[in-house]
Amino acid sequence: MSILVFVEQRDGRLRTVSREALGEAARLSASLGGPVVAVCPAAADPGLAALGEAGADRAILARHQAFGSYHAAGYARAVAAAAQTLGPKLVLFANSAMGRDLAPRVAARLDAGLASDCTALAVEGGRLIATRPVYAGKAIQKVAFKGPVALASLRPKAFAAVARPGVSAAVETLAVAEDPQFARSRLVSVAASAAGKLDLTESEVIVSGGRGLKGPENFKLLEDLAQVLGATVGASRAVVDAGWRPHSDQVGQTGKTVSPKLYVAVGISGAIQHLAGMSSSRCIVAINKDPDAPIFKVADYGVVGDLFEIVPALTDAVRKLNAQHV
Amino acid sequence: MLQVVCIKQVADTETRVKVAADGKTLDPAGVTWVLNPYDEFAIEEALRIRERQGSGEVVAISLGGPGVQTTLRSALALGADRGIHLRSEALAPDPIAVARALAAEIGGLHADLVWFGKQSVDDDQAQVGPMVAELLELPCATAIAKLALDGTRATIEREIEGGREVVELTLPAVLTADKGLNEPRYASLKGIMTAKKKPIDEKPAALGEPRLELVGLELPAPRKAGRVIGQGVEALPELLRLLREEARAL
Repeated sequence: MSILVFVEQRDGRLRTVSREALGEAARLSASLGGPVVAVCPAAADPGLAALGEAGADRAILARHQAFGSYHAAGYARAVAAAAQTLGPKLVLFANSAMGRDLAPRVAARLDAGLASDCTALAVEGGRLIATRPVYAGKAIQKVAFKGPVALASLRPKAFAAVARPGVSAAVETLAVAEDPQFARSRLVSVAASAAGKLDLTESEVIVSGGRGLKGPENFKLLEDLAQVLGATVGASRAVVDAGWRPHSDQVGQTGKTVSPKLYVAVGISGAIQHLAGMSSSRCIVAINKDPDAPIFKVADYGVVGDLFEIVPALTDAVRKLNAQHV
Repeated sequence: MLQVVCIKQVADTETRVKVAADGKTLDPAGVTWVLNPYDEFAIEEALRIRERQGSGEVVAISLGGPGVQTTLRSALALGADRGIHLRSEALAPDPIAVARALAAEIGGLHADLVWFGKQSVDDDQAQVGPMVAELLELPCATAIAKLALDGTRATIEREIEGGREVVELTLPAVLTADKGLNEPRYASLKGIMTAKKKPIDEKPAALGEPRLELVGLELPAPRKAGRVIGQGVEALPELLRLLREEARAL
């Protein structure tokens, strides 16, 4: 029994989230048995043999001229076809924007169960059990699978990649059949947001701001701090609803669930739906003028005071610290 | 143009989650049930399209126990024309089962647009919309933040890591709505009154065989109690020391 892993590339480069999925597949293959097989829809081989170094024993190039960029209907058919050919016990995806879009389509085509956004997979008593946060992290659900094949998408940064230097994957090609659906949707373009801006879910450090910032123009203070920390700027629901920041910045139950190494909450009181989205961060720093703000109940390090004094001083201090380490 | 909006009743985002006696599901005691927040954006967009076109029908569908009729009524109060309640006694049917039941119903309606919220804020699976699309062999775009309609052509924008994708689809199609697509309206008093007279068709949900089995629900390990390390800028040297030496986060 094999494990099939959907491998995501952008501009010919394997994405980190797919390395994590391959790493988890390599670990699970010890208990489930069978090879780890990567499947990559593409217009031409982007160098899939190198996936061996990330944990793949074999790689399937699902080739079609429309697969130069993400094609939802096409990728879904290609990955489902690879699964039907291979008959794996488990198919893994990264819970990235692409994985979130693709995995349910493949599950529907295979009439299979899918556990989204898993933080752990384990074989218990011969059964595969997926662990996944629900209610944006307020609770943790465990699910088992029924039917011949199980699908799971993995939360970014929750699984470790493996390195097998010099190992090469055997590459085979799967010809993808033309389908009338291919013409009914197409990716027209991808517009990059601010250069180098990481998605919140993939960031190691996040600096988030709330209503305490008093206005959208004051987020400049957080951007400065984020720059010296190598962080991405996030926001509370209150400031997104007020139109100060785009929805893509929102952390919490109607935004993103994040678990960075360091989360700095500035002027955020800590509504329950915000805490749900960030409480699994490794280290939480809170800066708020209200000593009774709920955010201080989850903050490893709380600083009470005026953020308009504290944040610029913190930015300066970190900048000096960085200079010492150069 | 016929539009179908699939909606779900969920626990309000202010809910403090407690585990029920079965050890697998949410304890419903004291929970306020609301329309899934992302579904509000789907309903709003469907209503705006109908209003712009000056004709057409918006049908709200929900699957679940008797309680979901309240949620269907709130969609009718916002302006949906009629409701369909797919009755299910199953405690928490899995996404593929829900998708099968919805696809069986929607397939017979011949809708031009089928709407969903991008995910429900309880299970956070984000699966049912794109599953229904595949089961009905319809083009689909998920988590859309912008929509332009021109006849049977839809151009959408959706957020991806570090950017936005622009996708073109041919109707009929399935779309799932992200926050930011629009600013949802509130129900008017008149809307609430007329909603009481709008029809809700009730029928059993054809769920089929489950593919996921709930094993357990637990609360995350509590964080250790928070600690305030000081006041104002004077606390910063200690903060930096702790971040470097204790948390090793810098």
